[in-house]
Amino acid sequence: MVCLWGLKFILKYRHSRYHIWRTVVLMICQLFLAFLIPEILEGLNQEQAYFAKDLKFFWPLNYYFFEDWHLNAMAEGGSMGMFYLVWGIALFLLVTPILTYFLGKRWYCSWVCGCGGLAETAGDPFRHLSDKRLSAWKLERWLIHGVLVYIFVVTAVVLYGYFSNQSQIFGIDIYTWFRKPYGFLIGAAFSGVIGVGFYPLLGSRVWCRFGCPLAAYMGIFQRFKSRFRITTNGGQCISCGNCSTYCEQGIDVRWYAQRGQNIVRSSCVGCGVCSSVCPRGVLKLENGPEQDRINDKPILIGRDDVRLL
Amino acid sequence: MKFEHTKPYEDWFWEKNRIDLCFDHVENIQFENKLIRLRSGQSKTYDKLVLATGSVPNRYDWPGQEANGVISLYGLQDLELLEKYSSTTKRAVIVGGGLIGIELAEMLRTRNIEVTYLVREPYFWANILPTEEGEMISKHMQQDHHIDLQLNSELKQIFSDSNGRVEAVGTTKGERIPCELVGITVGVRPNVEFLKNSDLEIERGILVNEFLETNIPDVFSCGDCVQHRNPQAGRKAVEQVWYTGRMMGECLGETIAGISTPYIPGVWFNSAKFFDIEYQTYGEVPAKLPNDMSDFYWQHPEKKASLHFVFQKESEVFSGINSFGIRLRHAVLEQWIKEQKTIEYVLTHFRDAWFEPEFHKNYSHEIIAAFNQKIGSNLKVETKSWKRILSHIKSATYGH
Repeated sequence: MVCLWGLKFILKYRHSRYHIWRTVVLMICQLFLAFLIPEILEGLNQEQAYFAKDLKFFWPLNYYFFEDWHLNAMAEGGSMGMFYLVWGIALFLLVTPILTYFLGKRWYCSWVCGCGGLAETAGDPFRHLSDKRLSAWKLERWLIHGVLVYIFVVTAVVLYGYFSNQSQIFGIDIYTWFRKPYGFLIGAAFSGVIGVGFYPLLGSRVWCRFGCPLAAYMGIFQRFKSRFRITTNGGQCISCGNCSTYCEQGIDVRWYAQRGQNIVRSSCVGCGVCSSVCPRGVLKLENGPEQDRINDKPILIGRDDVRLL
Repeated sequence: MKFEHTKPYEDWFWEKNRIDLCFDHVENIQFENKLIRLRSGQSKTYDKLVLATGSVPNRYDWPGQEANGVISLYGLQDLELLEKYSSTTKRAVIVGGGLIGIELAEMLRTRNIEVTYLVREPYFWANILPTEEGEMISKHMQQDHHIDLQLNSELKQIFSDSNGRVEAVGTTKGERIPCELVGITVGVRPNVEFLKNSDLEIERGILVNEFLETNIPDVFSCGDCVQHRNPQAGRKAVEQVWYTGRMMGECLGETIAGISTPYIPGVWFNSAKFFDIEYQTYGEVPAKLPNDMSDFYWQHPEKKASLHFVFQKESEVFSGINSFGIRLRHAVLEQWIKEQKTIEYVLTHFRDAWFEPEFHKNYSHEIIAAFNQKIGSNLKVETKSWKRILSHIKSATYGH
């Protein structure tokens, strides 16, 4: 899917080397990391219990990573199982914060991720349907951080059960009340049915924007501790609205651009389409010094009168 | 993209900010009573009045210009007319070689309508663009977008059929071009007609001083409808572009809110897009180079990308740049011009100004090599410095 629609995307955005590189990496990640390598490893180790072998699929997006059956499968999976266990934890604790600091969360969301990959390619024709209203942004912040808290709680409970060998916590069954609802509500209904099935109604990135706990986790770094920003080019914005229209994450990019403010938003996945559709060269995704990255009292360039500080 | 997407704010914005939007037409203004009469019969009073009436498209009394299918490209109503006529149009004729004409041409081409483009000058937008750029854009229109570009050619009259619909235009060269649509894009003039029989001083536009005050107390004006009494050196009295309108609005907003702010436009800048080619300009790049100025033009051998550097002949002080197909950083260019950097400085530090998307090729080396070859110098490209860029942004946005 991602490979086929990826080719279509590359054709459409062939004038941008950013999109070509990004989409090629996305296709390679899907083809090799998500599909071929796990399939081959699975074939080579058929007698072993299953555990996730997609190198880029990690907790908290992989919500079953710390469940007992999965931990056991990795523990019994020999040196490879051990590697996947250490790699999975390192990705969350080390690799993700470091890469997000230097590159923004785009390194994952629009360059590597499977959900993101599908949204970027098959979902591209629906990107303008994302809700741009301020009320949608408010809902987004509650929902996505709610899911992040939810997965932390569920995982903490699951780990308690694993290490204490109990199937209940405070007399409540862990499987029925924690694992199962998360898997069904978030894992299946939200990310799958609403996230992908509703492309033509809600736009392509509903899951990434409102639900993905990994996106929420990286978003916190991107907002508070990162070198990534979308720079607004002085006073060149003409308020045409192309950027906001085609933002799949529902960011009102124009609101920032027309007042000369850089875009530093936790939800931005760095797809780069706002920059591509801008007719005046106003937007540039870039990594630079943290100093002055957030200019929330901007003044548009162009006038020479005495300015107010 | 739909009409909704073009609204700069959500609909609740106005009420929340205590702005009472009133959709009506002004019949007349009684300045002595501070009273505005509206077409609906209502009237409004004011303490302070801002006249921001914009402009109207020019038409120069061509015979037949009232025919159905003769349009301008200014507002939503024009867009609706264009949509209405497009389905029954095979060929359209556009009159006027400027920014709006080429946008109209692009829109028509997306519907596969044949376009004949009448341009009075020897190449596209010749009163602004130097020959090199004008010819590049002319070529781009003809070769890549199949526009029938007729240079040195003007509209003489418009013929219509028995239903009153356009059927052809006649040109000053004596040609008759059959068409179903005529786009008139020959500039705009201040929209001040309804104010002319009042005490308001009007010449071409509403006359204002540097605080955007008119001759009547508590009446201000800004935007396309304005004519400056004392324009700055090198600036026009009637300067109708998006950016000047926006800046006047900013100043006037501050003034009316109690912080008196004169309108003093800084280093000139503008931008546009000609089909696939983005255009940015900063500072002074005259269409015809005066004797005391020198220039350096670089064009990519294959791609539609070019840069035109202009500088003082004696002092080599950089005065401006035209950029086609290459995005440049506004703050850096503005500061280079203000700080009177030399052309050598600009070329060697050009990576600081580069604003193209990541992974796009940076041509700084090719550009400097071409310059070295031209004048026999041995300049080298400096690496990009965030420190310099940030200091430029700081001085560009936080005063001097």
